[in-house]
Amino acid sequence: MEFSEIVDFLRNYDGKPIRLMEVCGSHTHAIATHGIRDILSDKIQLLSGPGCPVCVTPTAYIDKLIDICLEPNTTVTTFGDLLRVPGSKESLNEAKGRGGSVEMVYSPMDVLALAKNHPDREYVFAAVGFETTAPVYTLLLDNAIAKGLSNIKILTALKTMPGAISYLCDNGAQIDGFIAPGHVSAVTGADYFNDLADKYSIPFAVSGFGAKELVIGIYGLVQMVINNQPQVKNYYTSVVEQGQNDIIVSQLNKYFRPADVVWRGMGIIPGSGLLLRDEYASFDAGSDGLDEDNKRNKACRCGDILMGKATPKDCPLFGKVCTPMTPEGACMVSEEGACFNNYLINN
Amino acid sequence: MDKIIMEHGSGGRATGELIKEIFEAQFDSDVLSEMEDAAVVPGDATIAMTTDSFVVTPLEFPGGDIGRLCICGTVNDLCMRGAAPKYITCGFILEEGCDIEQLRRLVKSMAATAKEAGVKIVAGDTKVIEGNGGIYINTAGVGFVPKGVDIKAKNAQDDDVIIVSGNVGDHHATVLSQRMGIKNTIESDNAPLQEMVGKLIENKIPVHVLRDVTRGGLATVLKELALASGLRFEIFQEKLPVSAQVKSFCGLLGLDPLYMGNEGKLVAIVPKEYAAQAVEIIRGCKYGENACMIGAVNTPENDSEVGALIMKTEIGGRRFLDILQGEGLPRIC
Repeated sequence: MEFSEIVDFLRNYDGKPIRLMEVCGSHTHAIATHGIRDILSDKIQLLSGPGCPVCVTPTAYIDKLIDICLEPNTTVTTFGDLLRVPGSKESLNEAKGRGGSVEMVYSPMDVLALAKNHPDREYVFAAVGFETTAPVYTLLLDNAIAKGLSNIKILTALKTMPGAISYLCDNGAQIDGFIAPGHVSAVTGADYFNDLADKYSIPFAVSGFGAKELVIGIYGLVQMVINNQPQVKNYYTSVVEQGQNDIIVSQLNKYFRPADVVWRGMGIIPGSGLLLRDEYASFDAGSDGLDEDNKRNKACRCGDILMGKATPKDCPLFGKVCTPMTPEGACMVSEEGACFNNYLINN
Repeated sequence: MDKIIMEHGSGGRATGELIKEIFEAQFDSDVLSEMEDAAVVPGDATIAMTTDSFVVTPLEFPGGDIGRLCICGTVNDLCMRGAAPKYITCGFILEEGCDIEQLRRLVKSMAATAKEAGVKIVAGDTKVIEGNGGIYINTAGVGFVPKGVDIKAKNAQDDDVIIVSGNVGDHHATVLSQRMGIKNTIESDNAPLQEMVGKLIENKIPVHVLRDVTRGGLATVLKELALASGLRFEIFQEKLPVSAQVKSFCGLLGLDPLYMGNEGKLVAIVPKEYAAQAVEIIRGCKYGENACMIGAVNTPENDSEVGALIMKTEIGGRRFLDILQGEGLPRIC
């Protein structure tokens, strides 16, 4: 089938309404970047799920980072987009403005040089991410141990996808098919989603991030929905294999254990987080029990949006009180967030 | 002595020697050598003035350095109003411990770039502060605007075309690569643009708008221009000039070339009938070989298109672009 025929099919689809969810922040970003919603029939709705790691980070985690950065001789190191995420009272950027020690880095490995050059300071890395990002923190720990650096710690808010997808399906999110997270699948393999497809009778399409790759993945998913085929199909075979990446998975199992953790706006999801194992507790900056998730503005609907129960436009704050420069909720902070992308499209 | 010490900023002998050996030796200017409190320069035209500060890290990078950058930045700001750049001042803030040999190289680079851009460095200042060897430079510039030239952001008109003078994102990608220790062949594009602007004006191209593509990248620049004119700007993804290296660098880090800064590229908005000639003129200039038309300016069809910047994507979708939000940093995932 020619690509243009696929586009024609998706543009002119007039069957039953279909709701598809992408559970990968990079997919959300790519869908907006390539203007993919614009070529879909009104009968095919794309929803942005809880796949942006920044968007699902609870306020207690941000608050803890702020407390840490205000401690003497302690620096919080983080990626740029976490700086603007609102905690219950303020963001890391605001805490930095009143004297907090926060350093933005481009890679967790940058912390090694900082820790070596400033042995009198403690460096706490804000370890946020999913199955894709978590392996990088294991490398950081490998290196810290090998170099004998005891002034590095991590504060983990690492999460895994299956629990969140189960939570969505169990709690009334009406979704006909999932665009499976492409980056996560590169680590876990496509088979990672087989149990979910069976349990909830829902199809998954593993897709790449290029415009054509995504369109082909969406087409495949629509076909599975129409033909009632609740399977996992891999449309990203150049990167994603059926089985898991054993080396990375064993690294993850070496350092981390599954834990019950809070997702912003969704509450505690059993077994959906990664915390350091007891034998590596000396590297933990206090990650367990960061369960409070206090909205700064009660009207914020980020939680419903992450679950596909509301669109950004359903939120009374969207585009008025809450903009990328003045985010009230995390979905408006990151380039991967549903509200951020929606704001850009409409402004 | 090979390092800057506080005494170099004292205003006494050490300051005098620093100025003589480092700055005066390179900035060969009859006006500067008078060492007066203010430069008196000739000219009787409409004057364009600008100032800018340069705080880049690292100080030297593939394709350029802070010295070349501070001249190009100010020269280009003048050019974007259609002015011929003439005079530049420079203020140095040097941190204690900065390497004098490196300072000498940077000053030499400034002098060479000023010569290339046809501007005279006519006044300067030096201060030394405590710190870790950093170098910061402020430059101010004066240029003369030819009679009849009126180039400004809000001048875009219906049926104009949008031209960019070459590949976008090169400078930003270079500096980020250096900071992150990523080896590649990307080089900064930092360059003075007075030749292409001068030739457009000489050839009587009725240029409506010029803007150099710096921080915030092409999307930010075009969105600001769209807002200034209240018109609808549309660009085409397949026409955007981005080098293969920058494209893959951005892909690796989750960055968007549309929001990556340059230091030697401009956007020109001209009437459609002059588009081909303008592209040809820019391509004939030293830093314009990849110039191309990337889009058009039109009257908005509805309220949502007033001041809108829309990109037609390669698969036929539309993407509304806004100014850069945040700092344009790599994403987590």
